[in-house]
Amino acid sequence: MPETFLDSTELVLNMGPQHPSTHGVLRVIVKLDGEKVTGTECVIGYLHRGVEKIGENRTYAMFNPYVDRMDYVAAVSNGLGYCLAVEQLLKVEAPARAQVVRVILTELNRIASHLLWLGTHALDIGALTPLFYCMREREDIMMIFEKYCGARLTTHAFRIGGLQYETYQGFEQECLEFCDKMLPRVDEYEELLTGNRIWQQRLVNVGVLSAADCKAYGVTGPMLRAAGEKWDLRKAQPYSGYETYDFEIPTRTNADSFDRYMVRIEEMRQSVRIIQQGVGRLEAGPVMAKVPKVIKPPVGEAYVSIEAPKGELGYYIVSDGSTQPYRVRVRPPSFVNLQSLDKMARGGLVADLVAVIGTIDIVLGEVDR
Amino acid sequence: MKRCPTCQATFPDATERCPKDGAKLAAMSVTMGWDAVEAPAEASPAPAKPAPKPAAPKAPAVMETEPWEGELPDALKEKFGDAITGYFRYVGQSFLTAKPEAAVPILEFLKSDWGFDYLVDVTATDDPAKPERFELVYILYSFSRNERIRIKARVKEGDKPATAVPVHITADWLEREVFDMFGIEFAGHPNMTRILLPDEWQGHPLRKDYNILGMDQKWVQENLGIESGQ
Repeated sequence: MPETFLDSTELVLNMGPQHPSTHGVLRVIVKLDGEKVTGTECVIGYLHRGVEKIGENRTYAMFNPYVDRMDYVAAVSNGLGYCLAVEQLLKVEAPARAQVVRVILTELNRIASHLLWLGTHALDIGALTPLFYCMREREDIMMIFEKYCGARLTTHAFRIGGLQYETYQGFEQECLEFCDKMLPRVDEYEELLTGNRIWQQRLVNVGVLSAADCKAYGVTGPMLRAAGEKWDLRKAQPYSGYETYDFEIPTRTNADSFDRYMVRIEEMRQSVRIIQQGVGRLEAGPVMAKVPKVIKPPVGEAYVSIEAPKGELGYYIVSDGSTQPYRVRVRPPSFVNLQSLDKMARGGLVADLVAVIGTIDIVLGEVDR
Repeated sequence: MKRCPTCQATFPDATERCPKDGAKLAAMSVTMGWDAVEAPAEASPAPAKPAPKPAAPKAPAVMETEPWEGELPDALKEKFGDAITGYFRYVGQSFLTAKPEAAVPILEFLKSDWGFDYLVDVTATDDPAKPERFELVYILYSFSRNERIRIKARVKEGDKPATAVPVHITADWLEREVFDMFGIEFAGHPNMTRILLPDEWQGHPLRKDYNILGMDQKWVQENLGIESGQ
């Protein structure tokens, strides 16, 4: 065999922006040495709509529906973060009933977000079946949203100061029915995947990011918890009454893609627990705090963050005392988490790149805003 | 520049009220019984009616902050002295204002000595009326202390503040976004390029003097083949 046959040159491969496993329009430029990834660069911004600039040109209430368009898979969480931030500036608090409904809807949305992640991630890896099951359960959640506020995806469920709508007739019943159905279904997903040898071979020790690296890269959410850090904003800095709910923060120690899968599966079970407790404490009462019709927070600024399904979602709002925010900054978990892709993919195989992108759980609408 | 929500007229001064809007809001506030809108000056009411309620006291035009005290500000005072110009608290959140050259040393000191090992966000605000128009904002969190603080530093147009990447890797993309949106270059950054907008784009959208309708038309026409991006 001639010696030149073994010579290899570096190959630069372009993945996306229309690749099905990039979950949107992410373009990754991959440098390859054979099958080994020697470097990646993300090209983002294809979905940039200037949300923060739009916010400066709308009133506080008018901007509320826009935030749903960022992480459209978990629109309810986006709305909750924004409403809490403006409420902080206005120094008002939503009434007790509104807070419970907010928690129930947000946790339903967390399950929906994790379900979509699980289905598509499994599809990327090559397991076709879970997608259909996940979509089936997600549909139940979407139906609850649709009945509650008329929208399925970009819900605009909350208003500054509470809720626009009372819950519909039979809301509690449907939530409980969903919870009863959901727990055995999560076991079903686990039966399909957790012990599956192909699933394990594709995920175990792939995309490892230690807790120290997570903090250096600002990575939060299930990725940080899979690295062993027991940190969840719902416990660390509780909002909307989360401190009164009884739930666990699932953690794992291996910090790889498989552990992130396990963490998200367990989070779905915990969310079901929270919803069940929430339905139990729904009492009649007002759903809107006393908020002026024209929202004009006093001059000031606040940073409020919540535990979105993907990590810490923060809103930094500066008010100049007028009806429009002077500056709205969104701290998007997907954007910050995506930055760690290079660290995780470098040195791995090109086939694992798809698994690594999937395990971050990005939504490009939130990355690009 | 502010835009009136009713008639879409623009006003250079943000505190000014559009006459049409003011009249409309005031009229609605009477019928709806709202309390947050001050009524504009009107002809004196009929003498038989009681005197109109005095307008609600106007909100002050500055942030009503409280001083931030404790062992952390004391330690910072001792270490940085005049480089930190103020310690404040507002709605239960702590922040400090510092000179821009001190921002990265503060980040480093807080990380090594006080456990602020997670840089949550780097962003900026723009106020063209001020000589130092940009305000850089660093949001920090400490896992061990479960505490969140903000560091703010004002920079001029053309200033090149030092990058925070050697201290917190996560500042890489966040500073690129600040550069993209505000045009603040960070000295020593490994890859100071645009991140969300195309490389050839002209202008920095989150500056207050960047008109939301006057985007880079040339780029849009050349690359997308349409008249306007609107």
